[in-house]
Amino acid sequence: MNLLNYTLKYLYLTLLVVISIWAVIFYVRMIDEIMDSLDDGLENDKMLVIQKVAHDKATIARAGFYEHNYSIRPINKQWGLSTKDSYKDTMMYTLNEKDLEPFRVLTTAFKNDGSYYELKVVASTLEQDDLIRSLLYSLLGLYAAILISILVVNNVLLRKIWIPFYQLLARLKVFRLDKDVLIETTTTAVKEFKELNMTVAALVEQSVKAYGSQKQFIENAAHELQTPLAISLNRLELMAEDETLSNANLQSIGQVITTLQRLSRLNRSLLMISKIENKQYGEVELVVFNTLVNTLANEYQDFAEAKKVQLSLVELEPFSVMMNRDLAAILISNLLKNAVTHNITGGIVTLTISAAAITVTNTGKQEPLNQEQIFKRFQKDSQSKHSTGLGLAIVLAVTKLYNFELSYSYTGQHQFTITQQL
Amino acid sequence: MKLLVVEDETELLEVIQQSLEKQSYVVETAGTFNDALEKITSFNYDCILLDIMLPDGNGLRLLEELKKTERSNNVIIISAKDSLEDKIAGLDGGADDYLVKPFHLAELNARVKSVLRRKSLNGSNKIDLAQLSLDLNERSVIVNGKDLALNRKEFDILSYLVINKNRLVNKVSLAEQVWGDHMDAADDYEFLYSQIKNLRKKLRESLSGVEIQAVYGIGYKLAAV
Repeated sequence: MNLLNYTLKYLYLTLLVVISIWAVIFYVRMIDEIMDSLDDGLENDKMLVIQKVAHDKATIARAGFYEHNYSIRPINKQWGLSTKDSYKDTMMYTLNEKDLEPFRVLTTAFKNDGSYYELKVVASTLEQDDLIRSLLYSLLGLYAAILISILVVNNVLLRKIWIPFYQLLARLKVFRLDKDVLIETTTTAVKEFKELNMTVAALVEQSVKAYGSQKQFIENAAHELQTPLAISLNRLELMAEDETLSNANLQSIGQVITTLQRLSRLNRSLLMISKIENKQYGEVELVVFNTLVNTLANEYQDFAEAKKVQLSLVELEPFSVMMNRDLAAILISNLLKNAVTHNITGGIVTLTISAAAITVTNTGKQEPLNQEQIFKRFQKDSQSKHSTGLGLAIVLAVTKLYNFELSYSYTGQHQFTITQQL
Repeated sequence: MKLLVVEDETELLEVIQQSLEKQSYVVETAGTFNDALEKITSFNYDCILLDIMLPDGNGLRLLEELKKTERSNNVIIISAKDSLEDKIAGLDGGADDYLVKPFHLAELNARVKSVLRRKSLNGSNKIDLAQLSLDLNERSVIVNGKDLALNRKEFDILSYLVINKNRLVNKVSLAEQVWGDHMDAADDYEFLYSQIKNLRKKLRESLSGVEIQAVYGIGYKLAAV
């Protein structure tokens, strides 16, 4: 439900309650006024009749509802003295409606020439059920008219006023920190939207700056760390070419080279995680994983063979997704490397590709891994001296970036599954 | 062959220079943007190794200056920046190759040779060593007039070692070269060994006059016997 209709919902409910209460009050007051006015009329009629009787006594005999709007009948003194003016509603037959209709009756008593008479004066009154129905219909009409006019005003006028807001929202949705420099805003006369535009523009500018400096920092860090590593490694490589060195010397140099290479790899992996998390791998394209997995499985074939691990690939369906090609390769090669490295002699690695998921299954230690721990940084198998402990952390970072689901399960074999969220 | 190395890190400059001099190149160096600019405008080089992050200017501007001289210079960018945009910017700017730091000296050596070979423009891409004759375009090896049958990986290993003849080639560098970039994360390089073993046998049996020597714990070296 969008904002416009959301407010309307409450407005409609409030209007319904207000109009209903108003209708009841209005009705009661109107009836009151009408009765008051009718009763005044009856009072006047009563006085006219009594006057008439005083002038012409035969009026008493002529009275009756058949001809007049009053009737007179004699009563005893005691009754006559105790009767007071009373107004009542009653039903009487009318010719035009051919039915009983409501009438207002004034019952009173008067004295003429020592005799007491009861006088009833009537006046046709309104039919209350008709009035209620008519009032209800009118009110429903009014309610509908109000609802429709609000809806129209909202949709035509308010929608127009809200245009800058929706445009801003649309631009924010497609905004990319790694691509866009600033956000375009629509000019508006509404103060709140002006403020919103300014705030968003400022925020975006700040984010772009922060993103830029973060990116710059990562690049500088890479440069500052890789340069001394490059110097040391290259110097050692040159040194190792010295023919006069003994095997023991060479072995030491080799160990230092290996350690430095690990450091360099570690540095690169950390920078990579940081770049992934900062969304610095911008370029996306449609990556068909089947081709990619085939290529990588091929590259890893010798590596697996040396460990006496059998690699097999089961392609059920094509798996393709819009993502950065380098990251796709990193994702698969890290999983593959992990499956081969933590395997056993004569073990197997099976890659299964279906339209929704890629599964890497491998033999290995006969116990499940700790699900909580495996994807954490620097979490590693103590037996493997060379691994950086960042492989699966990188896998996790990539899957998070593209909203893939990454899961691990153990059913005699270790199984890692990447599922596309459709 | 005369080379210019532009690099602000003196120590790195020094090792690169030493390594290239081992290949009998004349190597000149520049540590700053202005120094490099002066050398580029005054002299002609067969190949320029260019660091693009210099304290007093962007190396990419040197590329522009080089374009203006209209001399055919071969430039290999050496940089710690490994992002795709940087590589594209460098190659679009006219560089022939882009090498990310840290690199192996063998890798640098191979890139320089490849650039120089392209420059010599005689069409053929052959390297002769002892009884061996490698054709890098045809991917064939002739020993004593006879074809030596090698699989893809054996050929890649041999050509990389031949390009770096008498130089120590780190096994990591060799693995990256032959098996692809993703193998740098492999935790050991046992898989190299079986290919090397086969290659050694073939080289020995065909009386090629060269052998692959293992350098303990570090890598391999191709030498004439």
